[in-house]
Amino acid sequence: MSMHYFANPTHFTRLAGRIQQWAGGLAAGLLIAGLYLALVVAPADYQQGETVRIMFVHVPSAWMALFCYSFLAVASAVALIWKHPLADMAAKASAPIGAGFTFLALVTGSLWGKPMWGTWWVWDARLTSVLILFFLYLGYMALWQAIEDSQKAAKAAAVLALVGAVNVPIIKFSVDWWNTLHQPASVLRMDGPAIHPSMLWPLLVMALAFKAYFVTLLLARMRMELNLRRIRALRLADRTS
Amino acid sequence: MERIVEFMAMGGYGTYVWPAFGVVLAVMALLWFASMRGWRKSELDLRALRESRRQEEIAKE
Amino acid sequence: MKPLISIIARDLRLAVRQGGATLLALVFFVLTVTLFPLGVGPEPAILARIAPGVLWVAALLAAMLSLDRLFQSDFEDGSLEQLVLSGLPVGGVVLAKIIAHWMTTGFPLLLAAPFLAVLLNMNGEGFTALMLTMLIGTPALSLIGAIGAALTLTVRRGGVLLSLLVLPLYIPVLIFGVSAIDAAVHGLNAKPHLLLLAALTVACLPLCPWAAAAAVKLSLD
Repeated sequence: MSMHYFANPTHFTRLAGRIQQWAGGLAAGLLIAGLYLALVVAPADYQQGETVRIMFVHVPSAWMALFCYSFLAVASAVALIWKHPLADMAAKASAPIGAGFTFLALVTGSLWGKPMWGTWWVWDARLTSVLILFFLYLGYMALWQAIEDSQKAAKAAAVLALVGAVNVPIIKFSVDWWNTLHQPASVLRMDGPAIHPSMLWPLLVMALAFKAYFVTLLLARMRMELNLRRIRALRLADRTS
Repeated sequence: MERIVEFMAMGGYGTYVWPAFGVVLAVMALLWFASMRGWRKSELDLRALRESRRQEEIAKE
Repeated sequence: MKPLISIIARDLRLAVRQGGATLLALVFFVLTVTLFPLGVGPEPAILARIAPGVLWVAALLAAMLSLDRLFQSDFEDGSLEQLVLSGLPVGGVVLAKIIAHWMTTGFPLLLAAPFLAVLLNMNGEGFTALMLTMLIGTPALSLIGAIGAALTLTVRRGGVLLSLLVLPLYIPVLIFGVSAIDAAVHGLNAKPHLLLLAALTVACLPLCPWAAAAAVKLSLD
């Protein structure tokens, strides 16, 4: 069985259905375990107290925000170079999930910042970059929405995703640069003290739960996209015959 | 009972910890249901369309 | 080389004949800057403090608003398609149009900037840096903006979408531009900031026309 076997949309649907079910179950199980570990088992930090528990959802969200954008960029590159329709769909499907996690990283970061920094928001380099990443996601999704012809939209969105991917490190660097010029007002850094092993486990379980969740939704959204394209093709055949 | 109250208080930071976990679960659930519903609807639409196409073929014959 | 110069000349001629568009971007720039003293109050110290940022943000917005002119009218009357089909390298055509765009928007903004800096009571030390950052930075605005303009060609009323696509990409230009002027104002060495800005523009020079050309081609299919 070669890669081409799975690249075929029909084979993809069958395989995706099976993986989706497994990943969905895994995500639910890991999420429950992760919540238990994060809220009950993990000890409170001696400096940050119970607020440190927010880290267990904040940090994995921030990881996913970056991971989804990398995934989106790689899928877009594959779509542009090999012109494979599944790559288009994968890129399109991952954007809302990534935007969701980016939003969560911002909100949980703010909820963590209030007790730690005394304000809901500081123009800290990391928060600012995540905010800009959120705008990149929004622009990407808006471009898909705006172009009616789905093939043109796919190509335009892929070009935008790659331009964005090239820019993300530059933006990150410029924001860090800007941040060192304007001394940050924070007393306590977000990363705080070195992570104790008792905190590592909940973090890892949560991160895995988010990954499994991503796979589940990605496959569901890709299958939806595939169905929609088939419906469109059938309707188009109607009109031409 | 006391332990539950203590757990909910989160050392006085309950007003930050619970909303954080709440918003994460809410957004994840919302995205989950929206995706699953969209996928199921597309599946049903496709099936209905194919079925009607088949009926037409039979009617033609 | 020659056909590209003729494209630039043609675009410049069109801009002169229409006139309004160039003037409009400039008026927008002046007007936006004028709003700030009215918004934050006329204290000279505060205005001097925020002057570099205000000038650059206003320049960013003015450049962005003029982007739809870059390809849109040529796309609508079919001359863009002719240019692409003429056998010239599309990247070159796009670059020529970007250069023309800069000459009709970035350059006027550059000329207006010092007068507005006077209005904002900017420290005299900062003027050289302001002119230098504008000279180095505004071409990057036209270059990066061209990608957004090309991507939204087929979108009806793409203005708001264009701003959503382009403004996040403008952030590094803004940061390096403002930090250079700030450094100069405070009597520090502005050179590292200027070099970073220059590096950005130089990196954009080959990459942006290439990406914009890909976007132009796909919207013409």
